[in-house]
Amino acid sequence: MYEHNGEKYFIVDGHCHFWDASPANWVKGHEQYAKGWIECFHAYMGLGPPETHWPLEKFQKYSEQDFVHDMFEEGGIDVAVMQSTYLKEWYTTGFNTAEENGRLAAKYPGKLIVNGRWDPREGEAGLDELRADAEKYQLRGVKLYTAEWHNGSRGWRLDDDACEPFYAACKELGITNIHVHKGPTIWPLDKDAFDPRDVDQAATDHPELNFIIEHVGLPRIEDFCFMATQEPNVYAGLSVVIGGLMHARPRFFAKVMGELLFWVGEDKILFGSDYGIWEPKWQIDGFLGWDYPEADHEEYSDYPRLNNAGKRKIVGLNAARLYGIEVPPELRLPDDAGTPAAQEDAQLVQAG
Amino acid sequence: MNTPAAFREGGPQPARAEPVLRERVLAALDGVIDPELDEPITTLRFVSSVDVTAGGDVEVMLRLPTPQCAPNFAFLMAADARDAVRRLPEVRGVMVHLEDHYTGHEINAALARGEGFTGAFPGETDDDDLGALRELFQRKALIARQARICKMLLDSGAGAEEVVALSVADLPDGPDIQRCLTLRAELGIACEPRSPAFVLPSGEPLTAGGLVRWLRMARLVATSLEANGGICRSLLQARHDLATDPEEEGP
Repeated sequence: MYEHNGEKYFIVDGHCHFWDASPANWVKGHEQYAKGWIECFHAYMGLGPPETHWPLEKFQKYSEQDFVHDMFEEGGIDVAVMQSTYLKEWYTTGFNTAEENGRLAAKYPGKLIVNGRWDPREGEAGLDELRADAEKYQLRGVKLYTAEWHNGSRGWRLDDDACEPFYAACKELGITNIHVHKGPTIWPLDKDAFDPRDVDQAATDHPELNFIIEHVGLPRIEDFCFMATQEPNVYAGLSVVIGGLMHARPRFFAKVMGELLFWVGEDKILFGSDYGIWEPKWQIDGFLGWDYPEADHEEYSDYPRLNNAGKRKIVGLNAARLYGIEVPPELRLPDDAGTPAAQEDAQLVQAG
Repeated sequence: MNTPAAFREGGPQPARAEPVLRERVLAALDGVIDPELDEPITTLRFVSSVDVTAGGDVEVMLRLPTPQCAPNFAFLMAADARDAVRRLPEVRGVMVHLEDHYTGHEINAALARGEGFTGAFPGETDDDDLGALRELFQRKALIARQARICKMLLDSGAGAEEVVALSVADLPDGPDIQRCLTLRAELGIACEPRSPAFVLPSGEPLTAGGLVRWLRMARLVATSLEANGGICRSLLQARHDLATDPEEEGP
């Protein structure tokens, strides 16, 4: 529960990490990738307020104590979804595994949800692992990282045929939330690395599953929005959007929010801090107090407004719905609160 | 990080400057566009140094916002820089180097050999000139730029029917128009004085009925380009400890 201006909010962080990118965990011979990766993340931290920056050493590996302090005590987060990202070609024990997430989650019951992962290139063994993880961590979601390297392959697509058994397994196991990393990536070499079109196909073929596009396809927001407006089961994950833009680029942030509110709508946007890249407190505080700069300015006049009810949905209630998290009655909204997405306009655009 | 001082940031000048050639090289690099952001690599501060010799040999160093910037875009910019400098008649040889990039070694070697993208990454790609990627971003840049001009006309009181009836020759001259015409020529979209002033990404003329949709799409594309440009500027600045970019928006 987070209190802002005397009002209480239910907060779900839809996207956070607990990683080990310290030099001791770098794979021999691949050190430059392991180092480059974490230093690139560290540069992103530089886009937040200076008083929230960490030295690189802490950033490479932060402690459980840091996590609990920043997320629960300072950030007021009720429930956080922990994403698993393995990158075992670069990090010996993995960058941020389900196992490590599970260990932490077991210590804070009800506060942490572990998301698993799968990779179609692992075939039957991958399916077995997914089944085992689902049982072990009661998975309700996975994070898919299509840019991951694997045995010489530099990535895969959500519409590859090899994914079909994995979608089927997700449905069978009750894993309904598919978070997809569509953001800064280093793969593939020969195509537009940020193209989200594979999500379009997968979302159409699997209407029972929710596809949460983390980082809203940055830097391809336009492709993401054109797709999300046509697919009822595609959601926008705000990780990186708030952390990377709200402080560093407030005018761009306002425009990106305006576009997301217009095309995707406040019912389908989920807050994610992307901790440890950025601490959650300044993000939540800033977002709850956010409005368009010069709200009456012509530049923002065509965008939907975001009222208090809309903010409640984005910072917690939307994710609570997707993950079946019980929200205390006093922190819920009446059913008809908020501003519906600009469906008519969006349809006008896609039909025209 | 040990980066050569940027030439437009008061860094040391080469001891034996060849000012005329150097200026011409810089002017040529002004014409090299980051296809993703639709801005010159010079104003983006991606050119970290230019060295010229009296004999006409040119060395250009390029730096990008992160070591993990997409190799395809990195290659396009580096190859375009090489080609732009090579087109100057007084240039004898040109070397373009990409600094501190995780595929810099492969890209630099392919550039030095005069090869395309497949030369840099044999077996990993069959797209040698990255034509489709370039074209996709040219179409995005075109819609964003055209809409800016169109919006200006609408704001000054023109009606929907009126703007869609305009020809290229009716448009007020300026950098946006010039860039639109270049993009149209590159995309094979008619850009004669009598051609329609505003076209869809496909090249078809814009209609009054399609105007609202077109403007909203354009606004979204422009927002994306602007936000990406902003992120790239912030990261570059943080990585190389640069002074605040004049294009930079304050917090």
